[in-house]
Amino acid sequence: MKDFKEKLSGRIFFVLALSSISVLALITVFILIKGTPLIAEVGLKDFIFGMTWAPGRGEFGIFPMIAGSVSVTFGAAVIGVPIGICCSIFLAEFAPAWLSKIFRPVIQLLAGIPSVVYGFWGMIFVVPLIRDYLGGPGLSILAGSIILAIMILPTVISISEVSILALPRQYKEGALALGMTHWQAIYSVVLPSAKSGIVASVVLGIGRAVGETMAVIMVLGNAVALPESILDPVRTLTTNIGIEMGYAEGAHEQALFATGIVLFVVIMIINGLAQYITRDKNKGRR
Amino acid sequence: MTDTKIKIENLSFFYGKKQAINDFSLDIPKNRIMSVFGPAKSGITTLLRSLNRLYELIPDTRAEGRILIDNEDIHAPSVSLTQLRRRVGMVFDVPTPLPMSIFDNMAYGPRLSGIKRRSELEGIVEQSLKMAALWEDVCDRLDTPAASLSGGQQQRLCMARVLALKPEVILLDRPCSGLDPISTAKIEESLQELKKQFTIVIAPHNIQQGGRISDRAVFMLSGNLIEEGTAEEIFANPTDKRTADYITGRFG
Ligand SMILES: Nc1ncnc2c1ncn2[C@@H]1O[C@H](COP(=O)(O)OP(=O)(O)OP(=O)(O)O)[C@@H](O)[C@H]1O
Ligand SMILES: [Mg+2]
Repeated sequence: MKDFKEKLSGRIFFVLALSSISVLALITVFILIKGTPLIAEVGLKDFIFGMTWAPGRGEFGIFPMIAGSVSVTFGAAVIGVPIGICCSIFLAEFAPAWLSKIFRPVIQLLAGIPSVVYGFWGMIFVVPLIRDYLGGPGLSILAGSIILAIMILPTVISISEVSILALPRQYKEGALALGMTHWQAIYSVVLPSAKSGIVASVVLGIGRAVGETMAVIMVLGNAVALPESILDPVRTLTTNIGIEMGYAEGAHEQALFATGIVLFVVIMIINGLAQYITRDKNKGRR
Repeated sequence: MTDTKIKIENLSFFYGKKQAINDFSLDIPKNRIMSVFGPAKSGITTLLRSLNRLYELIPDTRAEGRILIDNEDIHAPSVSLTQLRRRVGMVFDVPTPLPMSIFDNMAYGPRLSGIKRRSELEGIVEQSLKMAALWEDVCDRLDTPAASLSGGQQQRLCMARVLALKPEVILLDRPCSGLDPISTAKIEESLQELKKQFTIVIAPHNIQQGGRISDRAVFMLSGNLIEEGTAEEIFANPTDKRTADYITGRFG
């Protein structure tokens, strides 16, 4: 009887696991089937490097969107990564226990806020601020970068902090016993030793920024054009799909799926990179 | 008996409310090897760490009593913590090489104290590595990462790194716990050389090691000093029954 139960529950879990994997596989296949014909027709080079996105005229070049995604993500990293790493150092090395006890759940909470809320906040707070003080329409790369920077903070902070805290206590003690100050120990021992974890946190944060859709739709302005300054509006790969999928048909729809393939590949590369970096760490050191 | 290097007077140590060392007094002679041993959790690590104030890393800890090194109170406000830790070097039970090359590991301390000239650094590095019996092993690969050394070599590197600071006292907390017998023998051998220049306080790996290497020894139990004397007295003819029981393995 017990044996039977064991076997049954094993089967059930197997089926559940299998079904979630197959759903993933199905989605992937579906996107590929829908998108590849258009890429084949337009040509990969023209699709990726084409400057004009005019579905009505059958022109499908996504380069402006790629530029949009890259610039907004880069901006988010420039703003968010230093802040995130500093926060994680503070939490792991300086904050008294009671403070980190408050801080950690708050950061987790930050990760749980729906992105539309971030977008909304950006729309009514960040965008006007930029418009009034820096000029331009306000809906801009800068606004998107700020919002995304805040959104990637939880990822960067928590993963970096964990990787700092996971270091053997002796690393830091060895440094202090050599007569280093706390700061010297941090930048010459703690940070280099936690490097792979910190880099992984940045890569995962970037992955999150690339994939984010809702929040950026609301603050980017979504113009399909190569930006000239950080105050210009742009459209990203994700927002392109989010905005047009509702009414797209035929080749247009296919083109959006093809955009999805590009995104898919980019995210795969980023996540693969993160995996590679963290695995490297476990192999390199005992 | 030589001069006293370290004088511990009525030291009590607390982790929060928990007392780890009780009213502990001990004179540690210069240029000798002093072993501190006892059953697990006796407060040995705590004692060693209070000599270079490394426990100050742990929040809510407190030391009472005085510790004098060359008649200077190490808790005096005028004492610089980083200076103290360079005078009182420490080797841990786990090797702690810095994540950099062998040379940079060795040169880190001297650089901190302001030595910049490459030739001078090289001299210190070579001399210290020789004292720790590691020079032969690494002289042709000083630029490789320290993490590529074996455990025993890493531990000797940590010892050499401490020597490069030109300390006065060396604290070793079970320095051979993870090492093979050959590395252990090398470290024990170099300790005999090192004591000519330094004062050494060691938590031995086991009683046999304590007997082999030390000049004097202290037996500790639950934060109390039970018995102190020359190595022969303590390891061969202890007067206290608790020491005798522990040494003969009848402890418990
Ligand atoms: N960071 C700490 N916080 C609270 N209590 C501690 C801390 N470190 C040590 N203690 C306590 O102080 C006492 C002495 O510990 P210590 O590590 O000095 O002993 P030890 O003789 O070195 O032991 P071991 O055989 O484990 O090396 C123990 O009861 C231990 O639980
Ligand atoms: Mg100990």
